[in-house]
Amino acid sequence: MAKAAVDVPPKGGFSFDLCRRNEMLVKKGAELPKFRKTGTTIVGLVFKDGVILGADTRATEGPIVCDKNCEKIHYMAPNIYCCGAGTAADTEAVTDMVSSQLALHRYATGRESRVITALTLLKSHLFSYQGHVSAALVLGGVDVTGPHLHTIYPHGSTDTLPFATMGSGSLAAMAMFESRYKEGMTREEGIKLVCDAICSGIFNDLGSGSNVDVCVITKDGKDYLRNHQLPNPRTYVSTRGYSFTKGQTEVLSTKITPMKEKVEIIEGDAMEE
Amino acid sequence: MAPVEAATKQHANWSPYDNNGGTVVAIAGGNYCVVAADTRMSTGYSILTRDYSKICQLADKSIMASSGFQADVKALQKHLAAKHLIYQHQHNKQMSCPAMAQLLSNTLYYKRFFPYYAFNVLGGLDSEGKGCVFTYDAVGSYERVGYSAQGSGATLITPVLDNQLKTPSPLLLPAKDAITPLSETEAVDMVKDVFASAAERDIYTGDRVEIVVVNSEGIRREYVELRKD
Repeated sequence: MAKAAVDVPPKGGFSFDLCRRNEMLVKKGAELPKFRKTGTTIVGLVFKDGVILGADTRATEGPIVCDKNCEKIHYMAPNIYCCGAGTAADTEAVTDMVSSQLALHRYATGRESRVITALTLLKSHLFSYQGHVSAALVLGGVDVTGPHLHTIYPHGSTDTLPFATMGSGSLAAMAMFESRYKEGMTREEGIKLVCDAICSGIFNDLGSGSNVDVCVITKDGKDYLRNHQLPNPRTYVSTRGYSFTKGQTEVLSTKITPMKEKVEIIEGDAMEE
Repeated sequence: MAPVEAATKQHANWSPYDNNGGTVVAIAGGNYCVVAADTRMSTGYSILTRDYSKICQLADKSIMASSGFQADVKALQKHLAAKHLIYQHQHNKQMSCPAMAQLLSNTLYYKRFFPYYAFNVLGGLDSEGKGCVFTYDAVGSYERVGYSAQGSGATLITPVLDNQLKTPSPLLLPAKDAITPLSETEAVDMVKDVFASAAERDIYTGDRVEIVVVNSEGIRREYVELRKD
């Protein structure tokens, strides 16, 4: 039994080849590489005609901002979108995987994808990795059964809510929702509240920043408002400009190799052998 | 045995230090000195205040800007103020900037094995009226330089200053003045620009930059808004 597990090549999933080596290196004091995190504010709410999702656009690597305008609202299906917080690679990979499964499911059934299908696929994947796939998601969409909004935690637990927030700015954003959300809001009211919740995260949480992305989903389709608000323009630009004088890096030697001008084409069947 | 272990374990994760972030910069010119710092104070992912001055006037012509742990910075400032008051009573004059620089170094080194978690730059005018900048580590190693940046955005700002205001090597003989060729307005303009840039990429730098200019006429203060996210 154990031998068979060794002999059979893995069919899919992650490669754990280097885990034992890394464990040993950590014990010897080596540091593993940091990865890009979206210390994020993401939100969603249900309004009169559907669902509105919102996100900030900052990605950080420790205390440094590594992307000032990244996209955190991911495509799942034409009628379903998903906001991601946590490790950028995980949120991107997990939403891509599930969106491709949903596309295949649509081809097989010939019907529109349902939000609950996406939810189940996401949570079963996350649960099977016991929280090591660090993706915290806000999933929203409108299907044949109406508008739906869910949150999904990295360990695979889920919530079904009328309004939801996630990421490091979730408390700041939830403060806005808790004080101002009401049932049956109009599109304009909904967008305003989502923007204010995201801005609350942007200004009060250091992990969130830059611009506001919004995605409105109704039964008639989606409206992706990329960079709906730009509340953080550069505050000062030098009028003087800068010159970079030559010689800051000393040239030790110069060698010029001319490019080959002739390209030889060998006649014959390349596929032989 | 077990309760003693439990008691010691409780304290194992506690640290007397915090990092409240922030960036400080100082540039020395021929007859002026610019000292600047952002006014954000934060801990973890939270902003504690958007309007906290990291700049402290220690004497007529000595300005200290400090980032690191605010409580330690405050204690350090109080200690230096008390020392300077005694100096004034004993000598009936203000301390010079180079003297204050040595005092700051001694104060930091005195706490070599339980340091002040403070990263300082000291700027001002020396006894000849030339601009001077002293830069420190947390335990009192210091050096007179032409410019310096300390704190969370220092790694972003220092290479820009190196490129624009390169100082002569301290090993050159005869020794040359470590003073930048910029005029006062050019230096202030550059400080504003490097802070705007640092605020773009460092999450602990932002809100506002406070700029203090010391020259023969006295002291001038300016503020420029930075990103608030």
